[in-house]
Amino acid sequence: MSSTKYILGLFEDPDELMHGIDTLQKNSVPIYDVYTPMPIHGIERKLGIKDSRLGYAAFMFGCLGGTTIFSMAYYMLVQDWPMNIGGKPAFAIPDFIPITFEWTVLFTAFGMVATFFYATHLFPGRTPRVMDYRATDDRFVIAIDAKGNIPHDDITNLLKQAGAVEVKHNDRKYVSYE
Amino acid sequence: MKTSHSFDGQFEFQGKAKTWSLVMIAIGVIGILGGFFTGNAERTFANLLLNGYYFTCVCICGIFFCAVQYVAQAGWSASILRIPQAFAKTLPIAAVVLLVIISAGLFFTHAGPNEEGKQTILPYLYKGWALKGVTTPGDPNYNAVIAGKSGYLNIPFFFIRLLIYLGSYSLIGRMLVKYSTNEDELGGMFNYNKSFNASVLFLLIFGFTVPLFAFDTIMSLEAHWFSTMFGWYNFAALWVSGLSVITLTIIILRENGYLEWVTEDHLHNLGQLMFGFSVFWTYLWFAQFLLTWYANLPEEAAYFYKRWEPQFKPWFWLNIIINFLTPLLVLMSRDSKRMVKVLKVACIILICGHWLDYFQMIMPGAVGPQAAWYNEIGLIEISAFIGFVGLFTFTMLTSLSKFKALAPKKHPLLEESLHHHI
Repeated sequence: MSSTKYILGLFEDPDELMHGIDTLQKNSVPIYDVYTPMPIHGIERKLGIKDSRLGYAAFMFGCLGGTTIFSMAYYMLVQDWPMNIGGKPAFAIPDFIPITFEWTVLFTAFGMVATFFYATHLFPGRTPRVMDYRATDDRFVIAIDAKGNIPHDDITNLLKQAGAVEVKHNDRKYVSYE
Repeated sequence: MKTSHSFDGQFEFQGKAKTWSLVMIAIGVIGILGGFFTGNAERTFANLLLNGYYFTCVCICGIFFCAVQYVAQAGWSASILRIPQAFAKTLPIAAVVLLVIISAGLFFTHAGPNEEGKQTILPYLYKGWALKGVTTPGDPNYNAVIAGKSGYLNIPFFFIRLLIYLGSYSLIGRMLVKYSTNEDELGGMFNYNKSFNASVLFLLIFGFTVPLFAFDTIMSLEAHWFSTMFGWYNFAALWVSGLSVITLTIIILRENGYLEWVTEDHLHNLGQLMFGFSVFWTYLWFAQFLLTWYANLPEEAAYFYKRWEPQFKPWFWLNIIINFLTPLLVLMSRDSKRMVKVLKVACIILICGHWLDYFQMIMPGAVGPQAAWYNEIGLIEISAFIGFVGLFTFTMLTSLSKFKALAPKKHPLLEESLHHHI
């Protein structure tokens, strides 16, 4: 049995990559993932990738930030140490709005970045997951899970026919993990 | 998906659209005449000013939209530019309507109390600074504060300013339309570069004069009060309401089989702009409110005091709910911006919401409170608004039907717009 874990087809051009995806889908070869050095419009729909849920995370972080600072301000300025500022009531809601707005934005921004880093394994200190280094530079890569997708030679031929400049049979999933 | 489009189909203004816009104009005329003949002349003048200003602002927004797109060298909007261009072409008509309303309001007078409560002769509009004798020491109408402002707030200079603003906007709007239609004939980059230069010039003039336009037309109704936020607050209202009208026009044209190249992606972009600038509008509204509330200086707080009278308070709060909470909750998610029906409802809500915004800027100063809060918006308000919606629809669609193509077919960025994808 072969020790190949993933088959990678490397393309030089986004149009050829799209053609390669079509060819594989026509031949019922499931695609594990596609790596490109730049965003390609319409590729999510073609691969059937679900919409990102980052927006929901952003919304929740925003709500968390707003609630946190509003409660803090309420505790400090109304409960713990009420002060008379210009004769205004201690619980003066218009005063609370700018800081609530700021913290909502702050939590949303930081929360989104953290969520994105976490979900994509880009957090500082973590080894990024790269299946082929040139996918970060000048190659458009289709990855196919080798397990169950046999014979491998047929897949290699399909990728070559579709215009792949190189086909790799990798024994490791992530070449970046040493 | 269609890969090629014919842009040569002209818009035909006929049938239901024409009948209904004329019916709406008729309703407006009846309502306004009714207002005059039932002894509500002051209230009718305030409504005319409100709607005339709204009409002018929406048309100015068409030019502003085009100018922003040219200066940003935006590609996505190239295929929808004919709609704001039709608005730009309508601006001269709107400007004349507004100037007629303002001149009539200044020159027709009625008997009423001045600021000290003495009976005198007042103009229907701008009674704070335009009544006779307000700058003459010794006159019963003399007011030292207003007399101090008369170097700026006097009738000749007021008209000169309005003519400069509206004239320069109309002129540059015309130039942008002209370059774009020439481009349809000639192609190439020549007209695009000229449009770019005209747009830069427009944004420069517009940026300096639009706050003054709002100060003159609306803020001077309460001549004692001033707020430096007021100009930008009005600009935000102009931009949001204009974007809503542009979006609604595009949606309705699409439903009637025009503009088949406009996709959900274009509408998504317009929805994003509406959402973003509604938040911007709220930001400015709140910035003006917070500073006044916090400082609590009598001469500034007088403005909000009038709007917190029981007759205006429900409308004051409704304004914030409609113009902030509705777009925030309805337009936040990606899906709702891509559902044409939801976007259409949001547009209509925002158009009515900004009418209410202008309403509560104008009415407390120009007319004063009615008997109760539900008397504030009556038949005059509704019919005048309907009339101006009809007038706008009629004039704008007439301008649109004169374009030989419904997209600038040789715009250098048109292909990018047709393949717009987000």
